[in-house]
Amino acid sequence: MIKRNSIIKKSVFTLAALLMLLSCSTDEKQTVITMTKLVMQDEFDVNGAPNSTIWGYNIGTGNNGWGNNELEYYTDRPENIKVLDGMLQITAKSELYLGSPYTSARILSKGRFEQKYGRFEARIKMPWGQGLWPAFWLLGADSDTVGWPQCGEIDIMEYRGQQPTKIGGAVHGPGYSGATSISKSYDLINDRFDTDFHIFGIEWGKNYINYYVDDVLYNQITPDKVTGEWVFDKPFYIILNLAVGGDYVGSPNGETSFPQTMYVDYVRVYQ
Amino acid sequence: MNMKTRKFIYSKITLLIGLIFSLVVGCDREPSDDSVLATYPKTAEVFIDAFSAGLDYGAFGNTLLTGFNVDTEVKYKGTASMRFDVPNVGDPEGAYVGGVFIDGGGRDLSGYDALTFWAKGSQSATINELGFGNDFNENKYVVTMSNVPLATYWKKYVIPIPDASKLKSEKGMFWYAEGPENGQGYTFWIDEVKYEKLGTIAHGQASILNGIDKSETTFVGVKSKVDGVIATFNLSNGINQSVSISPAYLQFTSSNPSVATVDALGEVTSLSAGTAVITATFNGLPTTGSLTINCVGTFVHAPTPTLNPANVISIFSDAYTNVPVNYYNGYWQPWQTTVSNDFSVLGDNILNYTIFNFVGIEFSSPTINATAMTNVHLDVFIPGPIAPGRQLRVILVDFGANGAFGGGDDTRHSTTFTAPTLVSQSWIPINIPFSAMPGLTSRSHLAQLILEGGDNSVIYVDNIYLNN
Repeated sequence: MIKRNSIIKKSVFTLAALLMLLSCSTDEKQTVITMTKLVMQDEFDVNGAPNSTIWGYNIGTGNNGWGNNELEYYTDRPENIKVLDGMLQITAKSELYLGSPYTSARILSKGRFEQKYGRFEARIKMPWGQGLWPAFWLLGADSDTVGWPQCGEIDIMEYRGQQPTKIGGAVHGPGYSGATSISKSYDLINDRFDTDFHIFGIEWGKNYINYYVDDVLYNQITPDKVTGEWVFDKPFYIILNLAVGGDYVGSPNGETSFPQTMYVDYVRVYQ
Repeated sequence: MNMKTRKFIYSKITLLIGLIFSLVVGCDREPSDDSVLATYPKTAEVFIDAFSAGLDYGAFGNTLLTGFNVDTEVKYKGTASMRFDVPNVGDPEGAYVGGVFIDGGGRDLSGYDALTFWAKGSQSATINELGFGNDFNENKYVVTMSNVPLATYWKKYVIPIPDASKLKSEKGMFWYAEGPENGQGYTFWIDEVKYEKLGTIAHGQASILNGIDKSETTFVGVKSKVDGVIATFNLSNGINQSVSISPAYLQFTSSNPSVATVDALGEVTSLSAGTAVITATFNGLPTTGSLTINCVGTFVHAPTPTLNPANVISIFSDAYTNVPVNYYNGYWQPWQTTVSNDFSVLGDNILNYTIFNFVGIEFSSPTINATAMTNVHLDVFIPGPIAPGRQLRVILVDFGANGAFGGGDDTRHSTTFTAPTLVSQSWIPINIPFSAMPGLTSRSHLAQLILEGGDNSVIYVDNIYLNN
């Protein structure tokens, strides 16, 4: 009996060692990040409203629910957005507010922090349930003058609450926007995005945007992959938001529980 | 189908294959050098291409015993699947298929979060129940996924484990029960049954008493049960999957343990007059639903009958052996409002009719031949006030020579009681001689006793019998 136990233990150890070897070799094969010089960081360590030297707000519903038929009204109220416990917390609530059935929040670094190229990374825990659509994304700093999609959009992370193991990364530009954006989804194995924090990032340089989740590089978008003009050689700003409903995700249903919160541990930008 | 009434036919349909797992399976029970607690094997596989080692099959009573076979032609993966042939309605060999797969040595499932399998049907269908934790013994940690939709192509199914830390020595690996669809039999297959650590089962929430805040009036010594426990989990496909689970997966609390206590299985015992609210948590989170116990104090028992059993035909009494009774409440529609909330106080069973207007008790299979009896007796207790003009009518019905309701030969007699016989808060002994029931022209096929005249309040009844 004892001998048998020891045999099992040995095989477990062998297996564990094998797995470790495997994961080591995966790491070695893949160069996930190369840019390590920190140029901007918000660790969300000061309780209260988000740091106004970095972040401004989008308020209201935009045009046609921010162009996507989204259902929420974005506010800057603390019940929708606050920094607490070392995290930015964007909370979607089910409440009738100025004609909208939900409230939530969206912050952007427009005019405060804009940068061409670099590594943009955030550590986020998702809300859960049908119809919730959190996102971490970039828009071209010339969005007001040239308009969308000419300004370009880099979606570092988009998530559908009803697909808890999946996120998507995409670029939108002239000739490849909305449904024809260039995108790829990443599926977690044996885990989900709404039970713990995960790291979402891009490394963006001249003629490439690399997408990664945690320590896995899962996509590279280059000019030859887009079906139009490459508009990613200029400064972009950061947006963090939690949308409710809209074309990308569909509406919440009776099983979606509110309130729902998107937790952001940090946003960091490297060069 | 009620699980408790199922009988275990230990048919032990064979099944030992899988040398791969025998190594692990052999290690149960004996502590090794560096462990104190007995540990059980963590074998994940239940049925892949054959039964995993140590697994036995037992069919439920009244099932089609030939309905379960290993099929080497139709399979999702590998070399074989399990095939279940559901009988047509009326099949003399069995009414449905159902059984359990038991590992008698027990397994440690605490490292898994789901039981998964693939299934398909010869037609689209809805399987009544699938689950695990049914060990034909305590059934302490049963999980049931009900009304499982089946397609004609292979689909993967996930039954979440509510709290795997409880399953350190589980024997009930898998169980199922399925009857005909619209009267017709059909065939379904299940393959690749195993426990998995998916890591994608999240946001578990539970409810007790089906999420209802329920209130119950009790007496000292009355036992109540917290059931209707449903747990819901969000799966990787975004679907919220609900399963019925045993109360033992929850942690129960009484707001006032001097009034009522609750044990780990959700059984509540009323101890003294007062109010206590029973609530539960599931994996540390509060559940919806609660049970409020309003204990009104010590129950006044009806006098224990002293007649010699030889002189009695008992319909409802703890003092005698009762004859077969079809029901103590026929829920006769459309006019009946009476609901049964029967209770037991320290072994004394009481018929408790609430919202009482009338109620029928039937004992027609077989009918009672009371020709040797002279008298009908029952004890009633009215907790509420007796309004002026309040009546209680006791009706005895004889089904006549045909022994069946109707047919022109039924006879009956109604006896009316009013105040001062009717009193509040005290047991009222009612004795009616058959000689005082001229309407009842026969008592050789007695079949029903009906109580009428309720004002939608409460009435307790005990010790219903015929005697001489």
